Amino acid sequence: MPKFDLKTAGPFIALVVVFTIGVLVNDAFLSSGNLSNILARSSFIGIVAIGATFVITAGGIDLSVGSMAAFISGCMILLMNALMDTIDSMVAIIILAIIASLGIGAVAGLINGLLTTKAKIEAFIVTLGTMGIYRSLVTYMADGGTLSLNFTIGDVYSEVYYGVFLGLPYPVWVFLAVAVIGYVLLNMTVFGRHCFAVGSNESVARYSAINVDRVKTATYMLQGVCVSIATIIYVPRLGSASGQTGILWELEAIAAVIIGGTVLKGGYGRIWGTVVGALILTLIGNILNLTDAVSNYLNGAVQGIIVIVAVYLQRGAWRRD
Amino acid sequence: MSDENTKSLIFSVKNLRKSFGPVEVLHGIDLTLRGGEVHAILGENGAGKSTLVKILSGFEALTQGELHISDGSGSSQRLTLWNNAIAEQAGVVLIHQEFNLAEQLTVAENIFLGNEINGRFFLDKKTMRIKAQEYLDVLRSDIDPDAAVDQLPVSAKQMVEIAKAQAKNARVLVLDEPTAVLTQQESQVLFELIDRFRQDGVAIVFISHKLDEIKQIADVITVLRDGELVGSYSAADLSKDDMARLMVGRELSSLFPEIPKVPDASKVVLRVSDLLLQGSSEPSSFELRKGEVLGFSGLVGSGRTALIETVLGLRNSAKGNTGRVELRGERVNFKQLSVARSKGVAYLTKDRKGSGLLLEKGLVFNFSLFSLHKISRLLIDTKQEDVAFKKAVETFDIRMKDKSIVAGNLSGGNQQKLLLAKILEAEPSVIIIDEPTRGIDIGTKSQIYHFIAELVASGHSLILISSDITEVIGLSHRVAVMYHSQISGVLEGDGIEEHEIMRYATGLKNKPSHHDQLGSGTSNA
Repeated sequence: MPKFDLKTAGPFIALVVVFTIGVLVNDAFLSSGNLSNILARSSFIGIVAIGATFVITAGGIDLSVGSMAAFISGCMILLMNALMDTIDSMVAIIILAIIASLGIGAVAGLINGLLTTKAKIEAFIVTLGTMGIYRSLVTYMADGGTLSLNFTIGDVYSEVYYGVFLGLPYPVWVFLAVAVIGYVLLNMTVFGRHCFAVGSNESVARYSAINVDRVKTATYMLQGVCVSIATIIYVPRLGSASGQTGILWELEAIAAVIIGGTVLKGGYGRIWGTVVGALILTLIGNILNLTDAVSNYLNGAVQGIIVIVAVYLQRGAWRRD
Repeated sequence: MSDENTKSLIFSVKNLRKSFGPVEVLHGIDLTLRGGEVHAILGENGAGKSTLVKILSGFEALTQGELHISDGSGSSQRLTLWNNAIAEQAGVVLIHQEFNLAEQLTVAENIFLGNEINGRFFLDKKTMRIKAQEYLDVLRSDIDPDAAVDQLPVSAKQMVEIAKAQAKNARVLVLDEPTAVLTQQESQVLFELIDRFRQDGVAIVFISHKLDEIKQIADVITVLRDGELVGSYSAADLSKDDMARLMVGRELSSLFPEIPKVPDASKVVLRVSDLLLQGSSEPSSFELRKGEVLGFSGLVGSGRTALIETVLGLRNSAKGNTGRVELRGERVNFKQLSVARSKGVAYLTKDRKGSGLLLEKGLVFNFSLFSLHKISRLLIDTKQEDVAFKKAVETFDIRMKDKSIVAGNLSGGNQQKLLLAKILEAEPSVIIIDEPTRGIDIGTKSQIYHFIAELVASGHSLILISSDITEVIGLSHRVAVMYHSQISGVLEGDGIEEHEIMRYATGLKNKPSHHDQLGSGTSNA
C-alpha cells in the first residue's frame, strides 16, 4: 500500500477545504449553474497551467503566456473578420482560425525556447521580453482599443464556449482532455522523464544522452500550444480582444502549478496537482463573489496568501523543531 | 621504528564506543597515538574512520570510553571532559577533508582565525603577518600571507590549514584524506612535510584510501572494519595485500583479475586521428582495438577527460580542427551523446554526483535514464524497467536499504555501481570509463575491476581513464599517457611500468612524432 504523502495529498485536501467553505458560505454555491461556471472558468488558467507544469518541471519559466493569449486572440479575430469576405462557410473560417491559433502558439513557444537554449538567455528575461512584445503588439493591432469579432461568426463560434455535452460545458471537456494527455505525456513517456531529468540536473541529463536544448524548447512549444488551446475556447466567450486580455494569466498559471505541488526550481512536476491548483484559484474568486464577509477586491490577496501557505506546507518547514 | 622509549606517549583512547541514537557505530576501539609517529587509520567506506577522527578532535562526543593524555613526563592524565575547545587546547587539530577556511580573508588572517593576536586596542596585524610568514617559511611554502584564500589553489589551501594547525601548537595532527584533492607531486610535498612534523615529535593521524601512500609514510597502521577494531600493526610488517585483506576481512582473490588477451590486434574499433583539443597546439591520435582495455594515464589536468569528451561531442574541438573519428572503419560525428549511444558507445563520467546521477531521484529513475529508448515505444514499459533494474541490482551487487531511496542516499561505492549499471544497460560495445574507482573502498574497487575483466572477455572494448597508476597498469593492455593536452606516449606489454608512465606524464619523455604511433601498421576490422 502506498504510504500517505502530504505533498501529493495536500492540494486535494486544500480543494476539499475550500469547497466546504463555499458550501457553508452560500446556498447558491452548490447550484449546478454555479458549479459548471466554476469549471468552465478554471479551464482557461488550468490549460495554460498544464503547459506551465512542463516548462517549470524542466527547469524553465514562461512569463509571456498572458500576453501571448491576448496576441493570439487578436490574431484570430483579425483573421476571421478578414476571411468573411472570401469564405462563405462560418465553420470553415473558424477551423482555419483554430489552425492558425495553434500554429502561432507553437511558433511563439519555439521563439521562447530557442532564445533560452540557443541564445542562452535566462528564461525569466526572455519571457519577460516577449511578454512586453506580445502585449504591445495586441494593443497596436487594436489601435489602443478593442478588436471585436464579427457578430455573424461570433454567433456560430460561441457554441464552443457555451455548448454543453453530457451536462458539462465544452471547455471543461477540453480541460479534462488536455489534463489527461498532459498526465500521460509527463509521467508515462520518455519525453516526460527527460523533462524531470533536465529540470533536476542539466549536466546529468546531458551525460545521459538527453538532448537538453530540444527537451527545453519542446516544453516552451507545448506551453505555446496550451495557450492557444485556452485562447480558442476563450475568444467565443467575449468575442473581443484588447490590451487588457489575459492580464495576470501568467501569475495565476504559475500559482496553480505551485499550489499543485510542482517545485519552482524544476525536476518535480504534477499534472493533477496543477488541475487542482487551478480549481482552487477559481473557487476562491467565486466564493468571494458569493459572500459579503470579504470584499471581492481582495481576491488577489487571498490567492497570494494561499500560494505562500501552500509552499510553506510543502517545504515541510513547520515540521522542523 | 617504534622504539617506545624514545617517543613520549601523547594520546590514547581505550574502549571507545559511539552510538547515534540506538545504533552503535563504534564498538570499543583502542588507539594509541605516539609523538613522532605517523598513525594510519585504514578501513572501507563506512568502517567508522570519520566518526573516530571526529571524536578524537572533539567534534563529536563519545558515548563511552577513556581518553588519556600525557606530556611526556610519564605521568598520564585521564580526560573526563572532551570537546573541540579542550581538544585544541590539548593540541589535537583536525584538518578536514573539506577545508575550514574563511575564503574571503587573507592567508595570515586565516592562520590566526579564532586565535588572533591583540595589540593595545586593535588587532596586531603586523605581528600576525610576520608570524604567519614564519610559519609558512617553516613549511617551506612560498604562499603570500596577504593573498586572499579564495584565490589559492587547493594544495595551497591545505598548506594554510597546516600553518593554522601550527599556530595552534598542534601536538596531534589529524589529516582526513589529505591527498584526495592533491596531485601526485603535491602529495609528495605533503609527505615531506609530514615527515618533518614527525621528526619534531608530533603525532600524526593519517587517513587515506591509497594503500601505497600509507605504505610510504605510516609507522603504525590501525585497521577498522564495520566499527570494530581489527588491530594495530607496525607498518613494516604489513604488505599492501595484507592491508587490503585486513580491511575487507576476507581474502581478496586478487585485486586485479586476469584480463584476457586482445584476440586480434588488427581489429580496430575506434580510431581517432589528428583531433585538435581546445587549448592545444598538437593534435592527438589513438586507436582502440576490439577486446582491449586502453588505459589513459597522466597528471590531473593533462587533458584525458577533455580528449574523450571532445571525441564524444560533449566538448567542442579547437577551431580549425581537421581530425576525424572512425568507428569500426566508418567515419562518425558524435554531435550529441545520443548519436554515440546509438552507435554503441557509452561514457561513464568521473563526476558521479555532478554529471552521473540525479541524487534526488530514485534508483530506478536513474538506472533507466540512459536506456529509456530500449523499453519504450509510445509509453515507457515500467514492468520491463523494474525487471531490468532487479537484474542489474543482482549483477552489480548494488546494496541499499530499500528500493525507494534516492540515489544520493547510496554510499559512494554503490552509487558508482549504479552508474555503471546505468550506462551498461544501453548495451554499448565500446565503453569509456573515467575514474571509475575514485573515493571508493577496496572491496568495491575489486568488484569493479572484475566487471571490467568480464566486459572485455565478452568482446567489449574499453577505454579506462584513471589517476590511479596501479589501476591503469593492472588492467590495461596498452597505456596512452597524456601531457599538456596531447598524447605523449603509448606503452605496451612490458613497457607498461610506473616510472616510464611518470616520465611521459611529466613531459620528461615525449613520442618522436605524433604521426606514427598507436597502432601504425594495423588496419581496420
